[in-house]
Amino acid sequence: MTQDGSLPGPGRTDTVGTAEQASGTVHPGPSRPDADELVQLIDPAGVRHPHGHYDRLVADVDGPALQRLYEDMVVVRRIDAEATALQRQGELALWPPLLGQEAAQIGSGRALRSDDFVFSSYRENAVAYCRGVDLADILRVWRGNASSGWDPYTINMATPQVIIGAQTLHATGYAMGILNDGADAVAVAYFGDGATSQGDVNEAMVFAASYQAPVVFFCQNNHWAISEPVGLQAHVPIARRAPGFGIPSVRVDGNDVLACLAVTREALARARSGGGPTFIEAVTYRMGPHTTADDPTRYRDANELEDWAARDPLARLATLLDSLGLLEADYTDSVRAKADAVAAELREGCLSMPEPAPSDVFKHVYSSPNSWLDRQQDHYERYLASFAQAPQEGPR
Amino acid sequence: MTTMTFGRAINAGLRRAMDDDPKVILMGEDIGKLGGVFRITDGLQKDFGPHRVLDSPLAEAGIMGTAVGMAYRGYRPVVEIQFDGFIYPAFDQIVCQVAKLHYRTQGAVRMPITIRVPFGGGIGSPEHHSESPEAYFTHTSGLRVVSVSNPQDAYTMIQQAIASDDPVLYFEPKRRYHVKGEVDEGADPAASDLGAARVVTEGTDVTLVTYGPLVPTARDAAVAASDDGISIEVIDLRSLAPIDFATVEASVRKTGRLVVTHEAAQSGGLGAEIAASITERCFDFLEHAPVRVTGFDIPYPYSKLEFHHLPDLDRILDGVDRVMRRPNSLSGLDGEPTSEGASL
Repeated sequence: MTQDGSLPGPGRTDTVGTAEQASGTVHPGPSRPDADELVQLIDPAGVRHPHGHYDRLVADVDGPALQRLYEDMVVVRRIDAEATALQRQGELALWPPLLGQEAAQIGSGRALRSDDFVFSSYRENAVAYCRGVDLADILRVWRGNASSGWDPYTINMATPQVIIGAQTLHATGYAMGILNDGADAVAVAYFGDGATSQGDVNEAMVFAASYQAPVVFFCQNNHWAISEPVGLQAHVPIARRAPGFGIPSVRVDGNDVLACLAVTREALARARSGGGPTFIEAVTYRMGPHTTADDPTRYRDANELEDWAARDPLARLATLLDSLGLLEADYTDSVRAKADAVAAELREGCLSMPEPAPSDVFKHVYSSPNSWLDRQQDHYERYLASFAQAPQEGPR
Repeated sequence: MTTMTFGRAINAGLRRAMDDDPKVILMGEDIGKLGGVFRITDGLQKDFGPHRVLDSPLAEAGIMGTAVGMAYRGYRPVVEIQFDGFIYPAFDQIVCQVAKLHYRTQGAVRMPITIRVPFGGGIGSPEHHSESPEAYFTHTSGLRVVSVSNPQDAYTMIQQAIASDDPVLYFEPKRRYHVKGEVDEGADPAASDLGAARVVTEGTDVTLVTYGPLVPTARDAAVAASDDGISIEVIDLRSLAPIDFATVEASVRKTGRLVVTHEAAQSGGLGAEIAASITERCFDFLEHAPVRVTGFDIPYPYSKLEFHHLPDLDRILDGVDRVMRRPNSLSGLDGEPTSEGASL
């Protein structure tokens, strides 16, 4: 900031943060000379381009595997749309859509092993889907029926973190524990471009590098932190920061599911083999609002949305599948049927969710009895009971 | 029984906890080769290795956040915050994560983290090295907060804190690290309750409640008051959240008078909580309003003035005089009686 208080505007840094990133600027890094390219295997027109380094990492992804990735993305987009509808119908208090980020989340999520452990923000519902979450559990917190949705140990994924970036430290600490255990699992931290401004994220990179912890930092640069453009968070492409911490980084086309799968697999393999942390910047776009309470028309240009719609992660894979003769009607019908079934299950799970009991408000604050809280609970239960004793008048 | 310093007693307790459970790991700044700036972890890295005694980068949020991840993985981290005034960068992780994860996950994820904090003043340090931040944490649900006042408690309670499945802030009065006392190293930590207060000296006229660094001062005050024929019951809270109000209440029902003393600032502090709770519980037994003798509502002062800020024996006795309606510093002010007779 200058002394008169003017800021170098996001408008100027947008040149770096948006256009330059999307075009795949090369920048220096210590790990591999090409660590700075925007890795892309399938372009927005649906054309598969050979890649000298990453092709071997997805050599097993044949036609049926591509079809499964496409199905995943269709299903999670449908989950997202159904949840948004449930919010509009008053069944959820809030919903944070992932529309546009399906490839980044499915590509990375499908690279993980079941014994890896995910620490995410609140937008990684497609990753939770990959982990095998019960669908209603995704909605539990947004319906207000519970403080979180699932037991993290059943799917090896922490419940959504709301404090921006805090989970990157948890992932790093978990990875330090993996090191101590002599295991070859990996901790994966998901966060956004906004989180990279947080001290926690920067400290997580310090700790991860110092201890060479098996952690993958998966940053979805979706270009917007509510109303703030990425240019306000970063003056250079975000992936450039990690090498300064001694962490190799890669920028990947976050709307290319195959490329996201490839770079995540490489990062996981590095971590498993003692190579330490990796930072992935998946360049994508939040096509919807921050949450259902947000109105992006107040702060962003409709043209920008159109530009990114042309790079839609589902459309490009559909085009590729079509060109391979893998988008026949029976296949697309089955995908549609799966999405319909999942959406119906989600809605049913939402509407049939049991209501919490009043005394649940006191549960699990501590794992053992607590004299302060027990006294308050006892008093409140007496208070509630007093209504039953005097149904006409209630408590005096 | 072994005679050892307060600091050595914590070290011995840590050592025993690490021997008993391989999941206990220590994390903090300078705790390895150096043994910590107060030498509390002296020799532990040498004996247990760098994977169990981790020198951390200089980032308190980072230390606390990685401890959370370690706990997720099944470890029982013991974190050293080098000085009280350095805990604030970790505040977010403590309040939003450590304290809430058990609740957030409906009991699925435990946070058995012990946060050791050398606290309080009296050692002539510069700013940020003498603070008493305990009330921030006693106000936070999900945390347990304790403070120790003697080598035996230090030894036993560090093991109890580590064994607790809930997170514990363990406040160590740094000006008492060199005090020596008898420690029974064979004592079974499971035989006593981390939450129990202790009656240090029995008395019949005034209940004097304190914890941590002021416990020896309060005991001295009880001795001095006995010369004037006043019988003080000194209670060492030990647990600050939750407070063992049953013990305090039983004492006040007997004495009818309550004085609370702590180094921390007065307003919104633990003394207020204790005064309010005891007044609610045994108003009809009180002969006088509870009195607080505390640090002032100021940033911790520079060292040449710190003993004006810290409650000492004479200020505590002045508080005792107030509840006894004897001539005191406020006699004639604020509705205070000028003598015992005037109040009757």
